Amino acid sequence: MAGASGLGTGPGAAGGDGDDSLYPIAVLIDELRNEDVQLRLNSIKKLSTIALALGVERTRSELLPFLTDTIYDEDEVLLALAEQLGNFTGLVGGPDFAHCLLPPLENLATVEETVVRDKAVESLRQISQEHTPVALEAYFVPLVKRLASGDWFTSRTSACSLFSVCYPRASNAVKAEIRQQFRSLCSDDTPMVRRAAASKLGEFAKVLELDSVKSEIVPLFTNLASDEQDSVRLLAVEACVSIAQLLSQDDLETLVMPTLRQAVEDKSWRVRYMVADKFSELQKAMGPKITLNDLIPAFQNLLKDCEAEVRAAAAHKVKELGENLPIEDRETIIMNQILPYIKELVSDTNPHVKSALASVIMGLSTILGKENTIEHLLPLFLAQLKDECPEVRLNIISNLDCVNEVIGIRQLSQSLLPAIVELAEDAKWRVRLAIIEYMPLLAGQLGVEFFDEKLNSLCMAWLVDHVYAIREAATNNLMKLVQKFGTEWAQNTIVPKVLVMANDPNYLHRMTTLFCINALSEACGQEITTKQMLPIVLKMAGDQVANVRFNVAKSLQKIGPILDTNALQGEVKPVLQKLGQDEDMDVKYFAQEAISVLALA
Amino acid sequence: MIPGIGTLTQDTLWCFSQVKGTIEIGTTEADIISTVEFNHTGELLATGDKGGRVVIFQREQESKNQVHRRGEYNVYSTFQSHEPEFDYLKSLEIEEKINKIRWLPQQNAAYFLLSTNDKTVKLWKVSERDKRPEGYNLKDEEGRLRDPATITTLRVPVLRPMDLMVEATPRRVFANAHTYHINSISVNSDYETYMSADDLRINLWNFEITNQSFNIVDIKPANMEELTEVITAAEFHPHHCNTFVYSSSKGTIRLCDMRASALCDRHTKFFEEPEDPSNRSFFSEIISSISDVKFSHSGRYIMTRDYLTVKVWDLNMENRPIETYQVHDYLRSKLCSLYENDCIFDKFECVWNGSDSVIMTGSYNNFFRMFDRNTKRDVTLEASRENSKPRAILKPRKVCVGGKRRKDEISVDSLDFSKKILHTAWHPSENIIAVAATNNLYIFQDKVN
Repeated sequence: MAGASGLGTGPGAAGGDGDDSLYPIAVLIDELRNEDVQLRLNSIKKLSTIALALGVERTRSELLPFLTDTIYDEDEVLLALAEQLGNFTGLVGGPDFAHCLLPPLENLATVEETVVRDKAVESLRQISQEHTPVALEAYFVPLVKRLASGDWFTSRTSACSLFSVCYPRASNAVKAEIRQQFRSLCSDDTPMVRRAAASKLGEFAKVLELDSVKSEIVPLFTNLASDEQDSVRLLAVEACVSIAQLLSQDDLETLVMPTLRQAVEDKSWRVRYMVADKFSELQKAMGPKITLNDLIPAFQNLLKDCEAEVRAAAAHKVKELGENLPIEDRETIIMNQILPYIKELVSDTNPHVKSALASVIMGLSTILGKENTIEHLLPLFLAQLKDECPEVRLNIISNLDCVNEVIGIRQLSQSLLPAIVELAEDAKWRVRLAIIEYMPLLAGQLGVEFFDEKLNSLCMAWLVDHVYAIREAATNNLMKLVQKFGTEWAQNTIVPKVLVMANDPNYLHRMTTLFCINALSEACGQEITTKQMLPIVLKMAGDQVANVRFNVAKSLQKIGPILDTNALQGEVKPVLQKLGQDEDMDVKYFAQEAISVLALA
Repeated sequence: MIPGIGTLTQDTLWCFSQVKGTIEIGTTEADIISTVEFNHTGELLATGDKGGRVVIFQREQESKNQVHRRGEYNVYSTFQSHEPEFDYLKSLEIEEKINKIRWLPQQNAAYFLLSTNDKTVKLWKVSERDKRPEGYNLKDEEGRLRDPATITTLRVPVLRPMDLMVEATPRRVFANAHTYHINSISVNSDYETYMSADDLRINLWNFEITNQSFNIVDIKPANMEELTEVITAAEFHPHHCNTFVYSSSKGTIRLCDMRASALCDRHTKFFEEPEDPSNRSFFSEIISSISDVKFSHSGRYIMTRDYLTVKVWDLNMENRPIETYQVHDYLRSKLCSLYENDCIFDKFECVWNGSDSVIMTGSYNNFFRMFDRNTKRDVTLEASRENSKPRAILKPRKVCVGGKRRKDEISVDSLDFSKKILHTAWHPSENIIAVAATNNLYIFQDKVN
């Protein structure tokens, strides 16, 4: 390994003969403590190069002690250091010496910055695998114990993530100690540590023997789930998923369900929110029987929870819930047990809840099939399309493709149109922008005829919107429509209307013509571009507004490659040359740029 | 009971320990202390001033165990926390004045505190460094460059001990979330969140996230002309992470439970004392405005300070306070002139001692008051340069109300209203107090026989 870079071949190899190759390494080492963070960061990222040059012995005896005390640095430097050390085993002499990397990582695992600590822990987990079983017990386990009994909670939180990596490889006596330590962290004085323990409970349970899971993890889980701090209790819900995967159905019923039932009815909305948020995972982990008996009724409660955040989180899961149900019962369960609640949510008082529902409700149509969709869901879609909150309407429109597959979009088109028109004219430009982005999709599903009849005029109106972002989006929209409907359609419906704007008294609209031409020329091809667009562009070179003129230059540069040589030499070149002599600096600049890009000089 | 904390019996005498700040009479505005706060162990004491600076004092390690010199603190670190700014969109100057400082529970060898001005909360790390790397490859000991050709071996820097250096570094800046002026910050017992309250809203922050906060209380009416009250102070419960209180300019306190809903517009408890109609005057509303609210360490009581009184409420009784203490009732007849010189709007703070048995709050003329909740004794003390001899005992002061003035009494008319004690702090477990008097910080301790 050390020979790979040609910098030396063993301990103390670097040195002696004034080797030139030492100089760059010397610089790197000095820059480990440069005042400039970037240079320090750069050196840390090349730590392996330094270590190679020093050789394994000096890396262990000099470099690592120095790095162990380098914990005063900026977060980004510490983060890079923590990451580097995870891959350092080879550079300190292989697995036999992996434990030399523990002191610097131990320090990094106690800094206050979570990202650095997490990275240090990640590297420690990596290195733990490289320890021999003997070294693991001699060095790694003691480190975990030190962290676990540290004075400050940062070190104890870091310890929580390390138990699961040393447990499987430890001897039985040590295993018992590890379990004991984990237990005590689960009842630590500080909520920070209890949270860390709760979030690692599932992971730890997975490496334990099944008996220990039942006799030790389950009581810990029960305790954490009834912690006085709701920030701890809510993490127990997550642990519930992992623990459930390890237990049999009978054990689940007696050991886990009482706690989960309690969480569903927790006084704190944040805990109930967590149940709603993790619902799909819980459903999978608990299996169909418990889902039917317990989870579905719980879900009904969540859908009518008094806190809007909980209802919204539950509403988000409606589709996944359906998908995860056994295929044969799906339809009846949704129809009888869930749909009545969904109907309520459609007219919820909170817009956040309605829009969460609107983002997934269309997905139910594939589960319920054509007839149910028409009879039960369609009225809901239609109601949501008329909702006062634009987000709700947008979410329905953006998911139209799901329904299209089941009942065809025509069923909706009568209500769709007013909804689209209203969104298209919404006072908030962000709403208008969002609906524009769905136009190509809608056009594809509704077909050319419907589009020409009802939506085309909207698309043209956006071109003269008073917000630039809308005009820009409208331009891109036209391009996508042409890709969908073809050049002939473009030539008949769009291009004439765009070109008319070239004579508009408002220079912003005249520029929009140019932007449209930029976007459309490629999709429309050489013939339309040369015959219809080019003359207009050239004519606009005489515009009195300089902004229009330099955009002419930019447009010519853009459409130039599509034109043939005759048009380029005969028509474009003289105009650009004239613009190149323009009195306005910007016009001159862009004209000259176009000339050089198109190689017309 | 925590050792060292007795009740404020007749035997408890307070004596002078230290005074910080300049002696010169003409003080600059920037030096005026605007907040004082002990950390959780009482080893550190932080002050903030109108100039945006934070000064941290550390308990003198050598004298800490000598009973007579327990209350000695020395400067540990000084840093500029906030700078004056200008909001160009609203054409508003943003003062650098530190409104509040709150310490975080200690998480590693460094200390962390939150400081806030009117708009921006900052998280500071205060840490020690006592080693310095030595030895370069390209430079010699005197810093002269070496000829690259002479470099024949690589030197790895070595860390050598050096004089202790304390550095303060800004770790997070929580900005752009408050339209109005921030009056309070409070760290939650879950160790991961804190709240900041302004005149109309309270926001909840996670320590790790600076670009978003959750609005948990919003009392801004749709039409600002309908505005009848503002939030004056807010604090989290010391142990229940879901509970907090906020006080209002109408003299009421609302307790909210964050478990009930995400937006705490509806309070769980509402503490209000019915007004005595016979006492009603033009000033009633102004003087009933609450300037500070503090949970007791036990979490059972809340204390509020209004212009003339300090009240203790039991969390389980909403209709009246269980204790009411008169801070300076003799000012009741002078409200008119106090209104004219704006003093009536002064925001006095209040603090508990470590065992919740004594409360302390400030007054005018550099006087501050202590009330013993068990013995019902109270005392008026003065923070002044005159008796600032080491271990000199503070003489109780009396303000005379009637016509006849006895010896050692001071008449209401000769009180100096420009000398006010708004900010005080009590060591979390010992009888050591810090009292901010304009630009001076006084530290007193109890006299041990």
